[in-house]
Amino acid sequence: MGEAIVITSGKGGVGKTTTTANLGTALALQEKKVCLVDTDIGLRNLDVVMGLENRIIYDLVDVVEGRCKTHQALVKDKRFNDLLYLLPAAQTTDKSAVAPEQMKKLIDELKQDYDYILIDCPAGIEQGYKNAVAGADRAIVVTTPEKSSVRDADRVIGLLEKEEGMAPPKLIVNRIRNHMVKEGDMLDVDEVAAHLSIELIGIVADDDEVIKSSHNGEPVAHNPNNRASIAYRNIARRILGESVPLQQLDPEKETFISKFKKFIGMGR
Amino acid sequence: MKTGQNVVIKGTKDGLTLQLNDKCAYNELIEELTEKLDAVTKDGQDTLITVSVQTGNRYITEEEKETLKSLIRQRRHLVVEEIKSNVLTIDEAVRWKEENEIVSYAGRIRSGQVLEVPGDLLLIGDVNPGGKVMAGGSIYVAGALKGVAHAGCYGNDQAVITAAKMMPSQLRISSYLNRAPDRYDEEEITESECAFINDENQIVIDRLQVLKYLRPDISTFKGGF
Repeated sequence: MGEAIVITSGKGGVGKTTTTANLGTALALQEKKVCLVDTDIGLRNLDVVMGLENRIIYDLVDVVEGRCKTHQALVKDKRFNDLLYLLPAAQTTDKSAVAPEQMKKLIDELKQDYDYILIDCPAGIEQGYKNAVAGADRAIVVTTPEKSSVRDADRVIGLLEKEEGMAPPKLIVNRIRNHMVKEGDMLDVDEVAAHLSIELIGIVADDDEVIKSSHNGEPVAHNPNNRASIAYRNIARRILGESVPLQQLDPEKETFISKFKKFIGMGR
Repeated sequence: MKTGQNVVIKGTKDGLTLQLNDKCAYNELIEELTEKLDAVTKDGQDTLITVSVQTGNRYITEEEKETLKSLIRQRRHLVVEEIKSNVLTIDEAVRWKEENEIVSYAGRIRSGQVLEVPGDLLLIGDVNPGGKVMAGGSIYVAGALKGVAHAGCYGNDQAVITAAKMMPSQLRISSYLNRAPDRYDEEEITESECAFINDENQIVIDRLQVLKYLRPDISTFKGGF
């Protein structure tokens, strides 16, 4: 019996879809059987980020309305051997095509066959959000270190805490720009975490490679050397229950000792 | 079968006191009251006499209260000052209790959440921006108040708002409103402050210590230590 995790944020454009794609990839790299579910009906793009757009035959609405079997609608990611699947959203209708009870039934069915179901939630707190949350066992809230995004995350956390049978939500602070944080033009991670007061499960630096990889339909988590990729892989390991320390955001940070070593010629 | 008097009229230096029997039927009472009032009413009298009505252990509904009042007021020189009853309905008692008790809540009020209580509110936690706390009485926040607080929301000007860290986006007391500065200076925020309505009907923020003198009623502790 698998576990369903909803990835949500309230605000749009903070990286829910990118996070879903990369966490799914990172979990599959850990040999887990993963199914990604796009619930953004009418504005789907998880398939684009995953590079699976042109393999879609059936979608979520087809499954819910019984036009096909669930397994027929699942799109397999060829980069993995039978580990990563995507259930795409429908593009031709809207959120009202599905009801929360139907979603719950579908997710419960998927939980039989997969270790992890990652549900990509649409922006907002209306029907689409309710659908996405309906079948989830726990939630990950994504926010960027901006006031507007933190405010919406706060609202969503309030709603998630009211949800019955849901574990306390966890937080990902995404798109951190270290130079702006240093100059005080952006909230720092500690401020965000203190404000929202939920457990931090990961921090992801803002990296051009993430946008590039979404553009190419190949999640950045495939790249073993990129810092954002490592961040996503670390989050995946934390989801699996491992204890991994948070990434150092500022790798070139010089301590007094390293400066001194450099000065006397011992350092690099 | 009339036994004794159902209405007793007593004159005191403050006016008349009408003691109404609480055992007899309401109709009998009204009948006798009309008779007696007619008897005591003298034409030509023009000084006003205040009347206090005591209904004893009889529960008087709002409607019956109005009937009594109009009956007495018909006599030109009588003014009803009060109608006293020893009886409260459970609803009234509950409301009275709720309006006079402190409700405590441990937790964080997040954006979009509203916590409303009829009496005083003790919040053990923060109010995040976008969150709102409302109370019929005063609001005491044992954390950071960053959202909106509305004390005395049913029209109590004496209500106050206190917070360990006072950085609200808006403060409201009764029908008055105070907006926060557009930017908070971290150093300006001192420990524990309170907000209240001053003599000029404006909401002001001051040190917590001034409350003791401004709103002595806040202390419910009796005795010495």
